[in-house]
Amino acid sequence: MDILYFIVQQMMFFSIPLLLVALGGMFSERSGVVNIALEGIMVWGAFFSILFINNVQHVMSGQGLLILAMLIAIVAGMVFSLLHAYAAINLSSDQTISGTALNMIAPAAAIYLARSIQENGVQQVQFINTFRIEKVPFLGEIPVIGNMFFRNCYITTYIGVAIFLISYFLLYKTRFGLRLRSCGEHPQAADSVGINVYKMRYAGVLLSGALAGLGGLVYVIPVSTNFNATVSGYGFLALAVLIFGQWTPKRIFFAAFFFGGMKAIASSYSGIPFLQSLGIPSDIYKMIPYIATLAVLAFSSKKSQAPRASGVPYDKGLR
Amino acid sequence: MNKIKKWLLSISPSLIAILSGVFAGFIIMLISNPANAFSGLIVILKGGWNSGMKGVGQVLYFATPIILTGLSVGFAFKTGMFNIGASGQLVVGALASIYVGINWTFLPGHLHWIVAMLMGTLAGMVWGMLVGLLKAYRNVNEVISAIMLNYIGMYGVNYLIKSSNSMYDILRNQTANVAASAAIPKAGLDNIFYNLIGKFKDVSSVNAGIIIAVVVAIIIHILLNRTTFGYELKACGHNRYASQYAGVNENRAIILSMAIAGALSGMAGALMFLAPPSGMHIHVQEVLAPQGFNGIAVALLGLSHPIGIIFAALFIAHITVGGGYLQSLRYMREIIDIIIGLIIYFSAFSLLMRNIVLRATRKRKQYAGEEEAGV
Repeated sequence: MDILYFIVQQMMFFSIPLLLVALGGMFSERSGVVNIALEGIMVWGAFFSILFINNVQHVMSGQGLLILAMLIAIVAGMVFSLLHAYAAINLSSDQTISGTALNMIAPAAAIYLARSIQENGVQQVQFINTFRIEKVPFLGEIPVIGNMFFRNCYITTYIGVAIFLISYFLLYKTRFGLRLRSCGEHPQAADSVGINVYKMRYAGVLLSGALAGLGGLVYVIPVSTNFNATVSGYGFLALAVLIFGQWTPKRIFFAAFFFGGMKAIASSYSGIPFLQSLGIPSDIYKMIPYIATLAVLAFSSKKSQAPRASGVPYDKGLR
Repeated sequence: MNKIKKWLLSISPSLIAILSGVFAGFIIMLISNPANAFSGLIVILKGGWNSGMKGVGQVLYFATPIILTGLSVGFAFKTGMFNIGASGQLVVGALASIYVGINWTFLPGHLHWIVAMLMGTLAGMVWGMLVGLLKAYRNVNEVISAIMLNYIGMYGVNYLIKSSNSMYDILRNQTANVAASAAIPKAGLDNIFYNLIGKFKDVSSVNAGIIIAVVVAIIIHILLNRTTFGYELKACGHNRYASQYAGVNENRAIILSMAIAGALSGMAGALMFLAPPSGMHIHVQEVLAPQGFNGIAVALLGLSHPIGIIFAALFIAHITVGGGYLQSLRYMREIIDIIIGLIIYFSAFSLLMRNIVLRATRKRKQYAGEEEAGV
């Protein structure tokens, strides 16, 4: 049982950032802007929030600090995503190009800034992890479920799940969501009934910036004690989760947990006696999440539901 | 005359982007360390020339793989596909060529490195073709399958290296040296690109790989612009429904274009890792090959045009080598990546810039026309 608990706890560390970032990508693409800059935005959000933690961790610690850092990550991500929004929406430029550019700029700028700002001149930004929750009061006492979800955890997990619920509600149950979706399907039609396509697309990209920035911090906190200008390709994986999840929140949720679960098994197989006894090398386990995703996609992608106008700059004259 | 004008017009967005990117980099240096900013700019612009002919050779050496990954990404762009999987294709190709380079020593003379290179190309081709097959027959989005195959390739290569007796250098945790006959010949380039230190020739790492890369670029150019096959591929990229209607087999186009894109990346891996004298080594680590992602930048800057890609790769290699000399002025070499990123970002505005240029020229023409008509 302990192994199962451990895997579920690990799964959260892998799945929640993927979920957050993929949801961010969803908002952007549903509004009609392809955002392959997710990786860069994650790096940017993680860098500024962890730099913040690094600077104030001597005065404060614990959950308060983490929440402040999360706000910083959100703001940093939004500001950075404005660059993408401006190029994609105002200048009708190729969205792949500006996304690629931001992916190149973010890690380089993070290293450059870290080495310029920090007194020791190194590119790693250290932080002390004071955020782990040993056991959530009351909830941690529940048998089985308490062990799985409310011990050895981070507040980010619950915030992530809450954001998923809010995203679902926002996209399907509000006027804003309907308008956002219409801009990603047929912007000219949306415009003809008085929806400001530019505004909605800005909203989509900014939401993706906020969630991707947050996702960067959420990814780094449990797995490391320093930030080295990389989120190990999680932005690209989130892009894969987004497509795997067919641009809908519920499916993204399952896709993120499917992939995260696979990753958790791959990373903790040595603690599972059965898998350990098979004697399969670790590299094979590490490949499994990716192979499994490909296999699932090969059998489930026959009809893909990408937003129709995603990636197409809005041209008012085109009716 | 008109042709030159048209050509200038087509490359003007890239040139403007380069100028603005370098200028922005200068501003960043000005902010972080004002005293050295100007000499820093000079160092970047001088690129390889900072250390004479050897430096120029190094530029060509660094340009070799990114010309090919750039071609790979650009070729897929032409068929309307985004090949984000150049990294995986490159490392798979590299492993295949290293395997041949170490084990197939029965091959005589020049045949050895040629076969090693071709096997690398073939391996990359298989890896790229998988993406095409999944897209054509199972409708799997090429971006997601390419990302997955990047990681599968990376872990798979690590696994194969570690489980191989002949290829694994346990002490250094990397691949072993390839046989001397498997290293790409220098083809006389070492007699051009060297620095004399006393009587000692300090030779650059450049080899025949750069010549092969340029020739391949020209072949791709001909394939795309002078053959029916290339025309079909481009037609698919422009409008798949129209080309389907005109009788183009879309599935075949997708599979073949990804296979060729993969082959190009695989060849990039081969040329990179078969460099003389004993080949480069694949380190067993969990990092995707950056040359694959640089290929995207090269293709974008070269406007997906094979000849443009050669120059874009040379330029990026030029300032990257220049960046290596920045340490002495107390700048981080990452400034180069920032500049490249900014150049790509500014080139995203190319549509806007070109339209401004077009509008300006059209206006002038309009006036001229009016004058002629006597208005």
